[in-house]
This record gives sequence, C-alpha cells and structure tokens, in this order.
Amino acid sequence: MVSTLTKMGQSGLLLLSQCGKAGLLLSSVVLRKPQFRKGFSLVLQQIYAEGVLSLLIIMVSGLFIGMVVALQGYHTLVKFGASQQLGPLVALSVLRELGPVVTALLFAGRACSALTAEIGLMKATEQLSSMEMMAVDPIHRVIAPRLWGGFISMPLLTIIFNAVAIYGAFLVGVKWLGLDAGAFWSNMQSSVDFNEDVLKGIYKSVVFGLVMTWIALYQGFYAVPTSAGISNATTRTVVYASLAVLGLDFILTTMMIGGW
Amino acid sequence: MSISHGKITAIMGPSGTGKTTLLRLIGGQLYPNQGNIRVAGQDVHQLSRPALYHLRKRMGMLFQSGGLFTHLNVFENVAFPLREHTKLSDAMIRNLVLLKLQMVGLRGARDLMPSELSGGMSRRVALARAIALDPELIMYDEPLAGQDPITKGILLDLIRTLNDALGLTTIIVSHDVQETLSIADYSYVIADGRIIGKGSTAAIHENHSEQLRQFIQGLPDGPVPFHYPVKPLEHDLIEESYG
Repeated sequence: MVSTLTKMGQSGLLLLSQCGKAGLLLSSVVLRKPQFRKGFSLVLQQIYAEGVLSLLIIMVSGLFIGMVVALQGYHTLVKFGASQQLGPLVALSVLRELGPVVTALLFAGRACSALTAEIGLMKATEQLSSMEMMAVDPIHRVIAPRLWGGFISMPLLTIIFNAVAIYGAFLVGVKWLGLDAGAFWSNMQSSVDFNEDVLKGIYKSVVFGLVMTWIALYQGFYAVPTSAGISNATTRTVVYASLAVLGLDFILTTMMIGGW
Repeated sequence: MSISHGKITAIMGPSGTGKTTLLRLIGGQLYPNQGNIRVAGQDVHQLSRPALYHLRKRMGMLFQSGGLFTHLNVFENVAFPLREHTKLSDAMIRNLVLLKLQMVGLRGARDLMPSELSGGMSRRVALARAIALDPELIMYDEPLAGQDPITKGILLDLIRTLNDALGLTTIIVSHDVQETLSIADYSYVIADGRIIGKGSTAAIHENHSEQLRQFIQGLPDGPVPFHYPVKPLEHDLIEESYG
C-alpha cells in the first residue's frame, strides 16, 4: 500500500518536473531576443527539412482522403437526393477537421520523429556539448530554429493538404461520378465561410505545429543518450504528439463552436 | 588541484572516477555539489550566463568522440566557431581554417564529411576546431582512447606542439598511462574522489603508494579489486542449489 503510494508520488513528481523542464525549454526559446540576421537562414533550412520534405506524403494523403471522403459522401447523399451537396460536405469536413488533424498526424510521423532522433543523436555524439563549449548556446542554435520551422511549416502544409483534398473530391465527384462542376463549386462557395471554416482550421494547425514540435524537441533534448534511449524518445514523440493533437483538437473545436 | 599556466597537466585515474566530470565542471557544463573552480581568476559557477559564455570562448575542449557536426564537412566544422563569434570576411575565415587544418595535417581532407573520417582523423579535425578561436586553455577528454599506435603518436605530438607553439595551457584526461606521462609536465592521479598521486613524471614513477603502483603498472588486482563487490562465490552457489 505504502509502496504503491510512494510509486504514485514518485511518478507524479517526475511528471511535474518534466512539465517544468519542457516549459523552461519553451520559454527559453520564445522569450529570448531573436537574432534575425543569423536566425533567418537557420529557420529557412528547417522549413525546408520539416515542411518541404513532408510535401509528398502530405499531398498524396490529401489527394486520397479527399477522394475517399467524396466517394463515401456521395453514396450517402445520393440516398437523400442531395448529391449536389457533395462539395460543401467535403470542403467543410476537410477544412474544419481532416485537414489540420490528418496533416498534424502525418507531420508527427514524418517530421517530429526525425527531429527527436536528430537532436537525440546530436546529444549522444556530444555535438550539443561541444557546441556549448564553443560558447554557442544549443537552445539558440539548434532548438529555436526547429521550433519556428515547425510552427511556420504546419499551417502551410495544412493549406496545401486542404487544397489537394478538395481537388481529389473534385476528381471523384465531378470527373468520375458525373456531378455538375458548376454546382459542385458554387454550392461549396456558398456554404464555406472564410473566417469560420478556413481560418479556424488554420488556427488549429498553428497550435498543433507549435505543440508537436515542442514535444519533439523536448524529447530529443532530454533523451537518454543511448540507442535504446533515443528509440524510446522517438516513439514517445509520435505517441504524445498524436495524442496531444487529438486532445487539443477537441478542446479547440469546443472553444470555436462555443463562440470563441 | 591547480593547473599551471602554459604547461601540460595530465589527470589520470581508473574509469568511473570522474575525470570527464572534472572537465565538464571546469567548462561550467555541470554544477559542483561542493567546492569551487576558478579559471583565470573567475569562479566558473558564480558567473552569469553571458560571462560564462565569454569565458568559454577562451577555452577549447576536445571530446572523446570528437563531437563533430555530422551535417557539416570538415572545413565548415572548423569554420563554425569563427562564423559564430567573429565578423571576419569569408576569405579571412577560409585562410584561418586552412591554417588550422594545416597544423593538424588535414588540409587535404577539408571537403570530406565527418562520416568519411577515421577515428584519429576526426579527433584531429575536432582539435583544429577547438583551437580555431585561439583559446588559452585546452582540455582533452581521453584523446588517445581506442587509437592505433601511429595515431596515438600523431596526437601526442600535436598536443605537445600546440601547447608549446601557441602557449596554451593543456589539461589531458586519460587512462593511457605511459603515453600521457611521456608528454605531461605535471600529473595528477585520482581515484575514489581523492588525489592519490601527483607530481612530475619521474615523481609519479618513484611514488611507492600501492594504489598508485597498481594503476601505473596496470596490475589486475590490488587496492582496486578485480571483483565487483559481491558475497563469496560459495554462498552464491549454495543458494542456487538448495534454494
């Protein structure tokens, strides 16, 4: 009994101290005076590594998700004679939910895991220590550009995902199933609101981008510098980032629907 | 323990006695539980962050694994501290980097990536990088561990030459006793958190302390026991057989 309590207490304390460390890491990135001259090219490199290199998987997934949502939606809508509403159905589900969430989950697997592994290995091979001893702060040089890179890449990837998914729906709905193109686009335009639907989806992706990159960087920076430690950290990144996205999505949606 | 200016000081001792920890304490990467460390008259752990970083520009440290940045080639690795801390032109940086690489004999390897280097070569590149900012103090963490005899000879020669040519203060942490003693001006041998021997190479050889002799001569058993602390073998075997 006592030992169970002790264990619970210990893991509670551990959790708290990890949250504290993660918070300190984030604050030391965010609250530091930015160096635009040096920082810009570093952030650009990270946008390439995290964003541009994720483009292929994001676009292929977007295309297929758009196509399959259109196919499923069409077969349900057609029962009610409402197949003309396929455009709005796809656009709203993609812009509000599927776009930000699926992009985030793919980003967690493609980019966040790579971030954790990279930083964990830099730590294990003493690259971070040697940087510190060269009087270069790794938080400034390594962590910060990666965080901003993820923060900027995520919404851009979401926008691209949305566009490709809607194009996929167009291919299936109009080109294959023979809906009228004019009706498809005009119904979509009349029921999608830019602020309510498009922007709120983008807001979500901004939050997801920040939180996921933060988790990935924290796990990498505090990984146990062994092969097992890094593989655990990478796994944790994907699991925590995915769960955080799903949880945050629910919270953000509640706030948005509640007239936030 | 005090390290003299302009000399090569060796810190030796069995694995796990905290030699590397000592270097990290000097570099301000770890905090001591007690005691203090002064470098160039400043208490390392009382310094503010900017002051500590400023002090670190006057130190170079060579890590056991080299710690080269794997995404940069040899040239860029050596150029890294110069680009971070100076506003020199590219042409100037190029000249400086080539001179540093010339010193360690790897000017011809400037375009290779760290993964293409042998262990000894990557240490030499790391050495060129550590002296890029012309530090006053340079610390080597196990520079010889796992190197072949030729590489050991090259590294020892480099350590001595750099110390004398650049007027550096050198600290070597190592357990390669004979090699290290051959170039050290002064040595400390530490074990169990204490200094068990100190002095010039000759003084270390003449010291008759049993603990020191075991370490210097590499005897398998002695004050540092061969066996990890354990109950007698008979007890273990009996327990296993009779439950």
